[in-house]
This record gives sequence, structure tokens and C-alpha cells, in this order.
Amino acid sequence: MSISRRDFLKIAGISSLGIGFSATDLLWKNRAEAVEYMTSPKGLKAKRWAMVVDVRKFKTEGDYKRVIDICNRIHNVPDFGNTKDEVKWIWTDTFEHVFPFQQNKYLPETVQEKPFVLLCNHCDNPPCVRVCPTQATFKMKDGIVAQDYHRCIGCRFCMAACPFGARSFNWRDPRPFIKHVNPDFPTRTKGVVEKCNFCVERLEKGLRPACVEVSNGGLIFGDLADPGSEVRKILSTHYSLRRKAELGTRPSVFYIIGGDEDA
Amino acid sequence: MYDAGKIIIGLIIFLAFATFPFYSNMGKAVAKPDPKLNTPVIQQMKVKQCVESKKFMRAKHMQLLINWRNAALRRGERLYKGSDGRITEISLQNQCLRCHSNKRNFCDECHNYVAVNPYCWDCHFYAPKEANNEH
Repeated sequence: MSISRRDFLKIAGISSLGIGFSATDLLWKNRAEAVEYMTSPKGLKAKRWAMVVDVRKFKTEGDYKRVIDICNRIHNVPDFGNTKDEVKWIWTDTFEHVFPFQQNKYLPETVQEKPFVLLCNHCDNPPCVRVCPTQATFKMKDGIVAQDYHRCIGCRFCMAACPFGARSFNWRDPRPFIKHVNPDFPTRTKGVVEKCNFCVERLEKGLRPACVEVSNGGLIFGDLADPGSEVRKILSTHYSLRRKAELGTRPSVFYIIGGDEDA
Repeated sequence: MYDAGKIIIGLIIFLAFATFPFYSNMGKAVAKPDPKLNTPVIQQMKVKQCVESKKFMRAKHMQLLINWRNAALRRGERLYKGSDGRITEISLQNQCLRCHSNKRNFCDECHNYVAVNPYCWDCHFYAPKEANNEH
């Protein structure tokens, strides 16, 4: 018995439709149950989170230590005891390194010698996000540059891309080097890059970042897109600098330097 | 066939090796995994029910966890409304492991049985007590 080309094509068409239907049925059955994901109503919401560092408010060593210690403690940031392995979420450096293009040798001595509080700038145009090959680091809707450690493969492209040195690599297992473990927050593991997360886990609960809360007004946090926000108010009345703004990453952390007379 | 003797002996040796796992385990019953639900938190619950049905959790907890991770980390959606309408906070460490605080008798039971080694606990603490005693 022979079959005409025409009949063969008809049968093939009808059978492929049948296969298609049975596959849809399978997919339908395998779908997860009707579920929904929601943001917490308690959470703080913004279009563009930003921070202002009012350098004038940082006077004693304790002012720096307070903001750094609280962050390290709640985020289980390890202390390896050497600068090569150092993991930094919030740290300090001198004017010369923080604002290399603004440096001149006639600046007030207080400015030259003073430590500046540094953290991830949560750039509007983050180079770390562009280079990440696995999309482990990404920009959230509220402007926070977040990182998904599950997807980080430890290639360190982001560290090379970040002009602010805000990212650190875990060369060793960090767990034994965490002095006070916070059991509510995960640690990281060997082979992933980590950085400041703008306390995204606290914002979800309606709390401001931990460093802001203990800074006695030295760190101001708010929505850059809201003209009435605290950050916008202080930025509209004070002259501020951003780190390496000329590189075009559009940092969201602003510095109010002030001189001696402002202090 | 040339060298029949050698070939046949070789084949027998090969078959002996290839089938070794089967006859060495013959008749031995491997203990069925038996995840325990007897943690203090679960025992205090009136309705002993996870975020989804037992059948769903057993088969699909890994997909659920990946969806949770993407929702919480990437979209900032940290509440999960399950198929029965209950709302749960999304957190492996502060939700899942709060009830299932017995990693050895719960998670490891099946994971060891099927020889999988998920690395959840490299970062997430499975019991707050352990976290504090560790150092």
C-alpha cells in the first residue's frame, strides 16, 4: 500500500497537533499551585534609595567604630585579621584615596587627614552589574545594587569593574572568622564576592539601615526621587561631592565635606 | 574463534566487575529515609502543616526554594501566599529552618539517601543554637 505525499503531510500535521496538545496538558499539570508573591506592607519603599555622609558629624574614633561595628555584626562580616583577605562592607579611607581628583595639597589639614566613611555607592549606572556574567549582581527597582550569592561564581569581574573597591572576595571560608554570629542573617561562603546591601533586609521590615540608625545624624538615608525626603533637603542646602563622579557611574552616596568652620 | 579461552575468561572477569554492585547489595535492604517532624516548634503547632501540602513539598521543595529566592532577592517580594491562602514570610533561615531545626534527622535523611549534597548550609545557619556555640 502506498501513501500519497499529500496524505502523508495531512497525517503528520494532525499528529503534531495532537502531540502539542498532550504536551500542554503535561505542562499545565506540572505548574505550581496558584500562589502569589507580595512585598511586605511594613517595608520602606522608594524609587531611588540614597545616602548622604555628613562628614562634619564624624569627629571621634568612636563615631566611625559605631557604624562599622554594627554593620559587621548584623551582617556576619568576617575579620580575617589581614588586609589581603579583608572583607569590607563599610570602611574608611583618607581624602586622597576617596576623592583622588579633588585632592590638592592646600586643603585644610583636617580634611586631608580625616577618615571618610565608605560603602558601596549603589550606582545608578553600576559597572559591576554590566560585567557580571551570571547576573548574580543586579539593580533592584528601588535602586539598590544587590547581589545573589547563590549565583555568584567568584569570577571577580565586578571587583575589577568597581572603581570604588566596594567589593570583597572570600578567599577562605569566612565562618570561623566571624566573632559574633548573628543567627538571623546568613554568612557567605568561600569563593563568592560580597558587599554592602544597603540593609535591604531591614528596609523590608520597615527599618532604616543599621549604620544610619547609630550614626547620630552623620549618615542620612532617603529617597532621591522624593523632593521632600531628608536626603533631598540636605543636598539642596549643602554642597556635596560624589566619589569619582566623572566616571559616569552616578553614585548614590553623597559626601558633605564642610570645612573647619562648619565642624 | 581465535583465542576463545582468553576471550571468554576476559568476558567473565568483565561481567564479574560490572555486576559487582548488584550482587554485593543483593538481599540487603537499605533503610528507607524517615525524615522526623518532632522538633519543638512543630510539636507546638496546632495544625501541623508546611507552607504547601506534604506531597508538594516532598516533590517540589527545591523549585519552591528557588522561586522564593528569586522573589525575595530579586523582586523584593518577601511574602508568599500559598495555595491555601496562608501568608508566610520568605526566609530559609528564619522560616523553613525555624520549624525544621533538625537538619540531621530531616534534610539529611533524604539527601543522603539519594546522594545529593545541596550547599544551603554553607551560608544559611540550620540552628541558631549551633551558630552561637560554633565559635
